[in-house]
Amino acid sequence: MFYIAIFFQYVAQYMKTRMQYRADLFVEIFSDLLFQAVNLIFILVVFGHTNLLGGWTRDEIIFIYGFFLVPYALFSSFFNIWNFNERYIVKGELDRILTRPIHSLFQIVLERMELESLFGAVTGIAVMIYAGNNLGLGFSWTDPFLFFLFVIGGMLVYGGIFVLIACISFWADARTSIMPMMYNIGNYGRYPVDIYNSVIRFVLTWVLPFAFVGVYPASYFLGKEEWFLYSFLTPVIGIVFFSISIVTWNSGVKRYRGAGN
Amino acid sequence: MDKYIEMIRIRFLMMLAYRTNYYTGILIYSINIGAYYFLWSAIYGEKDAIEGMSVIQMSTYVAVAWMARAFYFNNIDREMAAEIKEGKVAVELIRPYNYLGMKTMQGLGEGIFRLFFFSVPGMVIVSFIFPLQFSADWTTWIFFAVSIVLSFFINTQINLLTGITTFFLFNNTGLIRAKRVVIDLFSGLLIPISFFPLWAQDVLKYLPFQGISYVPSMIFTNSFSNNEAIQAIIMQGIWVLILIIPIQVLWIIAKKQLIIQGG
Repeated sequence: MFYIAIFFQYVAQYMKTRMQYRADLFVEIFSDLLFQAVNLIFILVVFGHTNLLGGWTRDEIIFIYGFFLVPYALFSSFFNIWNFNERYIVKGELDRILTRPIHSLFQIVLERMELESLFGAVTGIAVMIYAGNNLGLGFSWTDPFLFFLFVIGGMLVYGGIFVLIACISFWADARTSIMPMMYNIGNYGRYPVDIYNSVIRFVLTWVLPFAFVGVYPASYFLGKEEWFLYSFLTPVIGIVFFSISIVTWNSGVKRYRGAGN
Repeated sequence: MDKYIEMIRIRFLMMLAYRTNYYTGILIYSINIGAYYFLWSAIYGEKDAIEGMSVIQMSTYVAVAWMARAFYFNNIDREMAAEIKEGKVAVELIRPYNYLGMKTMQGLGEGIFRLFFFSVPGMVIVSFIFPLQFSADWTTWIFFAVSIVLSFFINTQINLLTGITTFFLFNNTGLIRAKRVVIDLFSGLLIPISFFPLWAQDVLKYLPFQGISYVPSMIFTNSFSNNEAIQAIIMQGIWVLILIIPIQVLWIIAKKQLIIQGG
């Protein structure tokens, strides 16, 4: 309960600071929109030259991209740990975090949140509705619940992977460029996995399960029965990866020695 | 002139000192090339050619576009924004050189470094992984070399323009990001311009962006005839000249209304 109260306190505080610089906030949301638009334009232009992409139609691909945007928006709102090493380890900020009676990872999530990224979820849902309409997708009462479950699963997959990478900083001092690399690998999950070769497909499913953020869960709503098993695995994979990352984090924090000063 | 060349050298040496960062850079670019390689292979499917380009030409296009990006890409817009925000630009303006010229030279130093330690080895590595096709015709290579230098200048000039806007906007991180996204799309890095619908091609013809990535990549993949290549290079050159005008105008206005806070 205490955690929920703290969460909303932080949100309120965050809103205040952001509203102070409205123009900046507006530009940031706009540039996010632009980025999403570019990806959509890519899909649209490509389908000007082909009807099928590895057996998937234009609207299906657009739908997958729309779905991907939702968990990704949640992830980028709450897991801004890409500069964890410089910010918390090198500068010793983690000392401050550890003196407080809330779980350290939760505090970092709160401190670093960027709620304006949530706007991407709105775009994503709009894109899904557009593509779903074109495809004439049916709608049943279970869909919203499953959607929620899959989105959370996808967010946990992303969160788990990035927390794990942040944990490297507990064991190795050196700066690594693994984070930006991971962001780029994450993009592979936006497209159907059957266009990749079997090694990459295996990696995207079991090692760095980015496929569970886009294609697999979206396949359920698209009625692709051959992928249903994977669709329903989404929350499981999410929970497994996120739990592993929490356990690793906790043992990393135990090892942590302040940077001095 | 000496001091500008010295600046290129210093930047080059500075980058050399932090070269380990670049090994992962090659990996990141290879991952991106891989993503687009698989996408394009799926797009081509059974087709032999789209818009006159075969699938091998397309993979080569993707690879060379990304590796060339390592050469022309720089963050001088962000550096300028930071220097203006921190007030360091005041000191820069006192120094006996042209600030914008110096920034360009720093960008060039970075570019030359990345050409040798990023683009060339990256291209070799990528050519082992994906089926690429290199031209045997030496004119292609000369055209490409000229074109890539011009694309560096166009991109740098656009960066200078974005950097100068900090004088007026104070905070332009959003603008810098937006510019980057727009350039990735409209320069032809993600999709060759010839794939766009015709109306979009007509619009893009009047913009400088295709001189950044599309022209050198098309030349490299032999997708342009010699005549087309020469025309495209001349267009690039004209753009380099045209872009000088807005930069100078904005620069003069910016210097006049500059207020340094503290120092």
